[in-house]
Amino acid sequence: MSEIHTLIVDDSSVMRKIVERALRQAGLDPLVVHEAGSGVEGLDVLKSRQVDLILSDINMPSMDGLEFLRQIQAQNLAPGVPVVMITTESSEEHVKQAIQAGARGYIRKPFTAEQVKERVLPLVHAAV
Amino acid sequence: MLNGVRGGSYARSAVSVKNEGERTMSVSLRESVQTVSDPRSLDASVEEVFQMMLGVSCQREDAYPDPGQSESVTAVVGFGGLLSGACVFRSQGEAAVKIAAHMTGMEFDSVDGTVKDAIGEICNMLAGTWKGKVPELAAHCGLSVPAVITGRDYNLHVQAPEFQLNHVYSFEGAHFAVTIVCDGLQ
Repeated sequence: MSEIHTLIVDDSSVMRKIVERALRQAGLDPLVVHEAGSGVEGLDVLKSRQVDLILSDINMPSMDGLEFLRQIQAQNLAPGVPVVMITTESSEEHVKQAIQAGARGYIRKPFTAEQVKERVLPLVHAAV
Repeated sequence: MLNGVRGGSYARSAVSVKNEGERTMSVSLRESVQTVSDPRSLDASVEEVFQMMLGVSCQREDAYPDPGQSESVTAVVGFGGLLSGACVFRSQGEAAVKIAAHMTGMEFDSVDGTVKDAIGEICNMLAGTWKGKVPELAAHCGLSVPAVITGRDYNLHVQAPEFQLNHVYSFEGAHFAVTIVCDGLQ
């Protein structure tokens, strides 16, 4: 199987590592992770390389996850690439906003590796 | 407003919501203040976050141990919108190191940047989980990004809050306190 290039966008380096660990536990292999600490950094990564999967926090300084999603769509930076939001915001309204902005999945923090597996793996298998 | 809460849009949407009949329906927490201030919600939030992210179960404790002159780590996440206030997490350095180690699978000798980041995220998840237990808050209360303070011999003082929950917990000998301070309800 070819490498699965995954962009993880979160202002917390700890959360980026935890998400990466959960993806590995979910069986995403071989996994190549690209990290970004904000939506702005995430856009820079997408301008320089193609990825197969994007996971993004919502509540971030400088550019939040929803604006990051809107910019991906507006600039057509990752056509067909599944985006999954991982966030503490859990209301129906937030989920709706994320889906409207282009997200294909939504995981609420705190999460288990099993939840990541259930919500991310089908998206990856459908896209690759 | 505490800690730069990005709650402006939440506050505006919370004041009045128009339904199909063009009647204005106000969303308010005033009538559900008992639900919001229910201490069981905080206990359940702590258990959920620590069980899922650290794989440990926490016990309620009667009091926070005397910190002496050891370093304290405090994380603050502000609430804005229907409820204004903050979620405050506080522990001693040793407990913070233990929490970060459980969370990341890494080892730490001291309270470094990664430990502070981990404690900020724990506070963020506690705030999000707690507000998620009340539907009105989940939809109409925003969270700030976490701020983390470290140091010795300092106190946190909030003037005349609307209500305050202050619980102490422990796991594997590590104590920490979680405080929900509400200084305004719409």
